[in-house]
Amino acid sequence: MKMFMVIIFTGILTENFVLAKFLGICPFLGVSQKLHTAMGMSAAVIFVMVLATAVTYPINQALLVKYHLEYLQVIVFILVIAALVQLVEIILKRYIKPLYKSLGIYLPLITTNCAVLGVVFLNLSKSFSYTQSLVNSFGAGVGFMLAMFMFAGVRGRMENCDIPKFMQGLPITLIAASLVSVSFLGFGGVVEGIFK
Amino acid sequence: MAESKTLRQELTKGFLSENPVLRLVLGTCPTLAISTSVTGSLGMGISVTIVLIGSNIVISALRKIIPDKVRIPAYIIIIASFVSIVQMLVKAYAPAIDKQLGIYLPLIVVNCIILGRAEAFAGKNSVLASAVDGIGMGIGFTAAILTMSIIRELLGAGTLAGVTIFPASITPMAIFILPPGGFFVYGIMMAVANRIAEKKGMPKAGLNGCDLCPMAGSCTLLTNERTVNCDKGGVTAS
Repeated sequence: MKMFMVIIFTGILTENFVLAKFLGICPFLGVSQKLHTAMGMSAAVIFVMVLATAVTYPINQALLVKYHLEYLQVIVFILVIAALVQLVEIILKRYIKPLYKSLGIYLPLITTNCAVLGVVFLNLSKSFSYTQSLVNSFGAGVGFMLAMFMFAGVRGRMENCDIPKFMQGLPITLIAASLVSVSFLGFGGVVEGIFK
Repeated sequence: MAESKTLRQELTKGFLSENPVLRLVLGTCPTLAISTSVTGSLGMGISVTIVLIGSNIVISALRKIIPDKVRIPAYIIIIASFVSIVQMLVKAYAPAIDKQLGIYLPLIVVNCIILGRAEAFAGKNSVLASAVDGIGMGIGFTAAILTMSIIRELLGAGTLAGVTIFPASITPMAIFILPPGGFFVYGIMMAVANRIAEKKGMPKAGLNGCDLCPMAGSCTLLTNERTVNCDKGGVTAS
């Protein structure tokens, strides 16, 4: 249990996907303008991340590793994730209408999101077990959500600021992201300290 | 399009006017993550360029065969094949670079520069023009990530490609090779690029419009929110 807590909090605080690993920057910069869209996007990302891990891990172990086909990982994973996302979208659209309305529109955008494929490869490179991988994916997703939320707040405040002309738009957004990232540096060592 | 624009223009547009990193805002993730060291950036730049040229050529050669409805999955498979090839080559001949790039090497497959170029250019233009576009965009990407890594490595570690530049008496500002430095340098570089572009009368960089978004074709925001969101630079795929 302690180990799972360490994995989750590492994913959220010290190795935050967006602010420390730079995965999922595009939605982070693109969709974080409104709190509402930020929430929908993050929920969809958490969902797809856990689902992608749940499906790709057995495929990797039972097929690719067993028959020494590891070189096919990139192709197989991206295809499985893309197909999975499509499938989920169709199922939601058909059976769970309200959920489709709040999450569905973000799903196609997530297929080519590097955060989802990134978490799958990260789990592999850390050689996590199945449960550990699932927990890590969940933690990474929550970390993404936290970053999105915080940043949506920061951007809301920036709207009324007097910003030099050539800094307007993305440059100032990136510098604000840099400052948010500095605050996350402060969490270094915290997780190890708490759960020692 | 190939007639109205010369090949030279296709090649050079990737450097400044349509620089993928600074102007089109594509491929942000590897740019930020890898630009801590010059050698890693060079490796990343070359890998992306190879994948970009290869996938552009194949996609434009197959553009009349691939049905429009399944073009995105088809593009992704072609790109993934090239990424696998590059990954194997790097693992075999430059294991040090492979270690440095880590998970970001396989992640080239979801780098939006490549899918973005496939969707915006290779799927509509001739093989030769697409190849040249790939070379230009690849060089533009490499130039941007290399410039960024030079700034970050020099200020953050006092070295360039591992060679010490600053004397030991100057303490390097480690913040530049930490994640915040990446965002900061990228922001400043984009501001500089904006300034130059403004002087030349080009529009500002930004996530503006859906034209550059590789997922625009399957975007379901189309119906209601898209006009609102995308006009303000709302939604882009990664």
